Formats: sequence, structure tokens, C-alpha cells
Amino acid sequence: MPLARGPAIGYGGSARLHPAELLPWAFAIAVYFLAPSYLPLGAYVLIIILFALSLDLILGYGGIVTLGHAAYFGFGAYVAGVFAVRVHGDPLLGLAVAAAASAAFGAATGAVVLRTRALALLMLTLALVSIVFEVANKWTEVTGGADGLNSVPVGQLLGAFRFDLFGKTAFLYCLAVLAAGWWLVRSLVHSPFGASLVGARENEARMHAIGAPVYARQLCAYTLAAALAGVAGALLTQTTQFVGLSVVSFELSGEILVMLVLGGVGRIYGAFVGPLVFIVARDYLAKQSPEYWVLGIGVLLILIVMFARGGILGLADGIAARWRRSRP
Amino acid sequence: MDAFLSSLISIGFHGLAYGMILYAISVGLSVTMGLMGFVNLAHGVFAMAGGYVMLAAMSRLGLPWLPALGFACVAVALGSVVLERVLYARLYRAGELEQVLFTIGLIFVAIAIARLAYGPLPQAAPLPDYLKGQVEIAGRSFPMYRAAVILSSAVLVAILWIGLERTRWGAIVRAAVDNGPMAESIGIDTGRLFTLTFAVGSGLAALGGALGADLIAMTPTYPFEQLVYFLVVVAVGGLGTLRGPFLGALLIGLGDTACKYWVPQFGAFFVFAATFALLLWRPRGLLGRA
Amino acid sequence: MSDALLQTSGLCKSFGALTVADNIEFRLEPGARHALIGPNGAGKTTFVNMLTGQLPPSAGRIEFAGEDVTRLGQAARVKRGLGRTFQINTLFGALSVLDNVALGVAERRGVGGRAWRAAGSHREVRDESLELLASLGLADDAASRTVDLPYGKQRLVEIALALGLRPKVLLLDEPAAGVPSTESQRVLDVLGRLPAGVAILIIEHDMELVFRFAQRITVLVRGQILCEGAPREIAADARVREVYLGDAHG
Repeated sequence: MPLARGPAIGYGGSARLHPAELLPWAFAIAVYFLAPSYLPLGAYVLIIILFALSLDLILGYGGIVTLGHAAYFGFGAYVAGVFAVRVHGDPLLGLAVAAAASAAFGAATGAVVLRTRALALLMLTLALVSIVFEVANKWTEVTGGADGLNSVPVGQLLGAFRFDLFGKTAFLYCLAVLAAGWWLVRSLVHSPFGASLVGARENEARMHAIGAPVYARQLCAYTLAAALAGVAGALLTQTTQFVGLSVVSFELSGEILVMLVLGGVGRIYGAFVGPLVFIVARDYLAKQSPEYWVLGIGVLLILIVMFARGGILGLADGIAARWRRSRP
Repeated sequence: MDAFLSSLISIGFHGLAYGMILYAISVGLSVTMGLMGFVNLAHGVFAMAGGYVMLAAMSRLGLPWLPALGFACVAVALGSVVLERVLYARLYRAGELEQVLFTIGLIFVAIAIARLAYGPLPQAAPLPDYLKGQVEIAGRSFPMYRAAVILSSAVLVAILWIGLERTRWGAIVRAAVDNGPMAESIGIDTGRLFTLTFAVGSGLAALGGALGADLIAMTPTYPFEQLVYFLVVVAVGGLGTLRGPFLGALLIGLGDTACKYWVPQFGAFFVFAATFALLLWRPRGLLGRA
Repeated sequence: MSDALLQTSGLCKSFGALTVADNIEFRLEPGARHALIGPNGAGKTTFVNMLTGQLPPSAGRIEFAGEDVTRLGQAARVKRGLGRTFQINTLFGALSVLDNVALGVAERRGVGGRAWRAAGSHREVRDESLELLASLGLADDAASRTVDLPYGKQRLVEIALALGLRPKVLLLDEPAAGVPSTESQRVLDVLGRLPAGVAILIIEHDMELVFRFAQRITVLVRGQILCEGAPREIAADARVREVYLGDAHG
């Protein structure tokens, strides 16, 4: 009884855009115009969605259970911060550098991590996030150590748009980058490459038996996921002009897992719903009573594993199916 | 040279005490993971619970230190049986993702309860007067508490090893770790065995957590912060054995203490980097079976 | 004698003190309908696993189409045309029947790693897979989840998946194992209609099926080849009756 993942797309399906897939974007644009005071929180949600989406690629579709994905988010965040402080403040250039660096880091570490499975893989990824944390914590002259890097300089976007106080530019910037990442992931999981990732997730031995280079494919996906996570981290640095140790903790690895599972694993849009619900709920509840918020998340997680294995979107699927059956 | 020797002795002593605590906490994790193949990230919860329950037993029930220690150990073991029967047992056949998520959920719940009960700040470990002083060994003085930790852990290790090597229960555990279906087919009730082993492992973790409360600070985030160390001990030593995590705990205890003494500017970097390298070389740990 | 498609010489495998393949000399001719039989534990599946590259032999050599493939990995042998099915279904249970076959077809056509265009728009892969399914009588099940099919049909998907790789040699590991007798006729039909150009080595316990299907039979006992010949010769061989048929029907 594996965690219910989204329906596989594969060779029988169509990749045409369903109208419902435009909902997140319509919602984001509505927030931009109707709720301007939520833009900073909104930008943060968009960043975490991109991070969750990158995890969905390797965990939901690739079936690689990792505890270390925050390592790449944090790596990208620090690369963007250090690059802006020491080299150049152009945001797009910084984003590209963070993406390239995270991809290289992801390829190098993935080449090692993906040789193992199960427990060893969990441990290696956990060790990885701990190593990145220690480097960020102790290499003070570059990373700022426990204080982090404050007032990271960020230039104008495309040389024309300033990052304003109200977070308008930041929000649209994050939205555009997320849209690009979404399109990339969506195309990938609909492609033969994505189908073969799912095949390896479902039955790795058989993928070998049909002659598929499983390791190489998984490494490709892992590298791309690392790059996307790094981009998300870089966005966080640029939009908050700060980077600190919280971007690379094991807790963050756990939290992003929780958010993805809350939304639904292996369905792309679970990565949209989960972080939105989680972060908005935290924004309200955690201020009132942080203890009960943590308690609630824990209980919720246990309930999801025990009863609602498809997350929010899985529940929605179930309700929709029942509704269709009751109205033939 | 004398200074170097003295620092070496000091590192050896403190590293040994830390390693022993790590062992007491992690050995149960190694056996349950090896026996049940269950990825129990929440194992640190039992260690933390040991510390807090001992604190509560002393402050609320007025128990002296030693009985409170025993009380914590037994109470946590019993509590873990309930958790194992009601929740863990449903997930033995589930995938590792479910187990990871479920145990992370347990960690969140435990953190919340600890914060509700004791607040976010670290709690001072209560020590009886007879453990507070220094002890003279071979002309050097050492903290009494750590010496006691080493001594009592050594006794514990001996009891545990003899228990697993010499008793019927030990033989059954070893058989079940080697080949679960086979053990079941010759009439071993693996369900009961799991529960019992889980209880012993959690009780030991509680003992380690309570005993080591002065070494590993009791804060609500303990299960998250210390998890890496417990897992590293198990990973380095190898799953499913008693000796594996002992070796792992000593290496990590001594290595971590040495790194913090000699190269504090690198923190725990070398410990994790060495673990990473070791797992590459031997994915099943030093004493893990291929 | 040099035109064997698949040939082993001096093939050995031992696990510690246990020898499960002892100096096996075996030839499979092009287009063969060859059966490998033997009592339980004779080492049949071990032998097949060595042929496919899942298990490295302790000694000896394997030649495929004149090339030494002893050291080649599984994927490389698949690419050269060595296909197999598994004794226990090892399908992509959660995926559709079409996807099960299409994954293999896509790998064979070299498009399995294409990352941009949607899988569904690779018409050549889909059409070939559907055609293959139709030829096995599975056309109506293409969209079903594989685990939802009756067991007999799952065995056919197992064969379809292997055929999608267009093997020159197909190793069938107990294709009728676990299939209820009501459905086994269907498996037999499919076996009878396999492309004549494919050399087939079948491992099977069902003697009726073996004798109807095979033109040549090799008997394996305790990791050694006991004898080899046409079905008539094997049926008449006293040693075979003693060690194998006697057991199986006893």
C-alpha cells in the first residue's frame, strides 16, 4: 500500500493543457491585484511551491525518498547571496549562476547518492544536508555564519524594474520563474523520459530488464531537481535580501516533504496546494500558538499517512469520483 | 608534549562518555531497524522523553535521582509499546516514504508536547550531589558524572551483550534479524518479538536520554537536532547488530569530541564528511552484513 | 555447429559450497522451440539469470550471436536482442497495460529518454504497442491498470513486454505458472503464435505444455545437463523418467 500518487500520464494520455491547470495562475494574478498587502507572503509561497515542485520531480515521479533536498535549496540561496555580495547584483545573472552551481552540486552529489537505495540513501542525504549546514555555519567570512548575509544587494530586474517596498516586482518575478519551472517539470513528466522515471519508481528491476539506463535517467532528474531547488533558494535570497542558516536545515527538508505530501505526491499540483495551505495556515496559527501549530502538523501528518494517502488533491479526486458515480 | 597527552586523555574521556550515551540511545534503533526494516526517524523522541520523564518524576513525584532514572526508562518503554501496537505496527509493510513521514509526524507531536510542558528553553539536568564532584583516577581528576556515565554504560553493554548472546530471547532476535520469514515459519511470533524488542530499544533510549541529559541538552527540538547523530551511529556501525552501533558510537563520540576540541572552527563538518565517505565505501556500515 | 544463436561453454555458478550450475554446455539454434526442464532446485532459473546477465557466472562463457557477452550487463544484452519473461510477474502494476508495453518499445526505439515532447505524441511507439497487444488478444485491456487484470492476462502482458523489445532470443520463465487451467489455453495459443524467427527457450513445469510446444528438450538436474534431445527421445529416456517425470507425476 504505497502512498497514493497521482495517476500516471504515460503513452495513453494527452499532454494538452486542461483548463483547471490555469487556476493557480489566475489565482496568483487575482492576489496581485486584489490583495496587495499579501504580496511578500505570496512571493514566499511561490518560492516554496517551486521548491516543492522540484522535490515532486524526484520523489513523486522518481520515487527517490530524500531527506536532503534542503541542501540544494540552501546551496542555491547562499550562492545567490555570495554572488550578489562579491561579484554582481544583477538578479537574473545571479539566478543563472545559482542554477548552474546547484545543478553541478546536484550532479556531483547525486552521482554518489543514487548508487545507494533505501536506508543508506536516507542517511547519505541526511549527512549531505548536515554537511552543507556546517559549511554555512562555520565558513563565516563567506557565508556570515550564524548571522547570515544581511542586506544582499539586488539590482534592477532587466535593468528596468526596481524591487519595490511593496513586493510587486518580487511577486511577479517569482511568479514568472515558477511558471518557467512548472512548464519544465510538466513537460518532463509527460514525456517518455518522465514515463521511464515512473517505470523505475514502480519496478526498477524490470526497467533494467527492458534495457533502460535507470541510473543515468535518475541522475538527470536529480540534477534538474537540484537546479530548480537552487533557483528557489536564490529567489528567496534575492526577494528578502537576506540568507541565513534556516534555508539549509534538516527541518526544512522535513517541512518541504510535509508540504508536498499534504498537497499530494506525484501530481505536480500537489506541490502548489500543499505549500499554499501550509504557509497560509502557519501564518495565522503559528502566531497565535506555535505549540499547537506544531502539534497540529504532526497529527495531520500521521493522519495523512494512515488515512489520506493522496493528500488534499487525492481527497478531492476521491470526492469527485464519488460525485460522478452518484450522478450517472 | 605533556599538554598534548593531557588533551588526548581529556578527549578520550569525554568522547568515551558521549559515545556511551550515543550507544545506549542508538542501539535500539539499530536492532529495530535491522529487525523490522522500519525507518524510525522518531527514535530520538524516546530519548528526549526519558530526560523529561525523569525530570517530572523528580519534581512532581519527589523521587530521588536513581529511582527516577529507572522510572523514566520503564515508563517510556511501556509508552512505546502502546505506540508500537497502535501506530507503528500498521506501517511495517508500508514503503519507506510512509515510514519517514509518519515518524516525522511523531517528532512534531513530541516537540509540541515538550514545548507545552516545559517551554522552548533547555532544561537543566538534575544531578544528585554524589555525581557532582570530581574523581581522582591515576593522579588526574575527572568529572564524577561522566565517569559514572562511562561505568554504568559499560555495565549496560555487558548485560545487553550477554542477554543477546546467551538467552533464548537473544537467539530468537538474532534468528529473526537473519531471516524473518524463516523465523516465522518455525513458529516464532514475530509480532510479539517486534513489540518486545521495540520496548527494550525505547527503554534503553530513554535511559540514555535521561543519563545523558547533562551531555546532550534537553530541549524540545532534541529529536530533530540529535537525529542525525543517532542515524550516523547506526549507519557507520551497521544495522541489526549490537557491536556495529557500539563501534559507530565510539567513533562518533571520540571523533566529534576531538573535532570540537582541535578544530572548533569546522564544527561537525568532518564527522559528517567522514560518514558520507564511509557510506560510499561501505553502504552497509563497518560491521553490516553484505 | 557454429551458427548457434546462444551458446554457453563450461558455465558454472556456485554460492559458497553449493553448486547450482555445473559446467553447462548449451546451444540454442535460430528459430528454436527449446524447453529446459528439471525438478525443483535443478538450477533452471539460475541458468536463465546468467544468460540474461542478472547473475554473474563463477566460470565459463556465454556467446550471443557469435559475440562473447559474458561480461556484458543486462541492458547491453537486451539491446543485442536477448529478451526474457519472469517466473513471477514483474510488471509495472500501477501503470496501464499500454504503458507497460510502450516503456519497452520506447527503449528499443531509442526514444525512452526523450524529455520534451509528450509521450502520448510519440505515435510510432503507441501504435506499435497497441498492435502488439492486439496480436495477443489484449486490445481491449490497453487502458486498464495492469494489477486489475486477471492473472492469466497479466502473464500475457509479461510476454507482450518482452516481445516489445523484438528479441532474437526469448527466454520464457514458466509462462503458465499460476495460471488457472481455464485461462492456460490462452497462454498456449499465444505461445503457438510467437514469431517464427524468434528463438525461444522455455522453462516450464507443465509437461503437457512442454511436449506440445518444444521441438527440443534439455533436462537439467542438480545444475548439470542430464540429457538433451527431441521430445520423443526425452519421453522415452529411462533416466529422465526416474529423476524427473517420476517425481513430477508421483
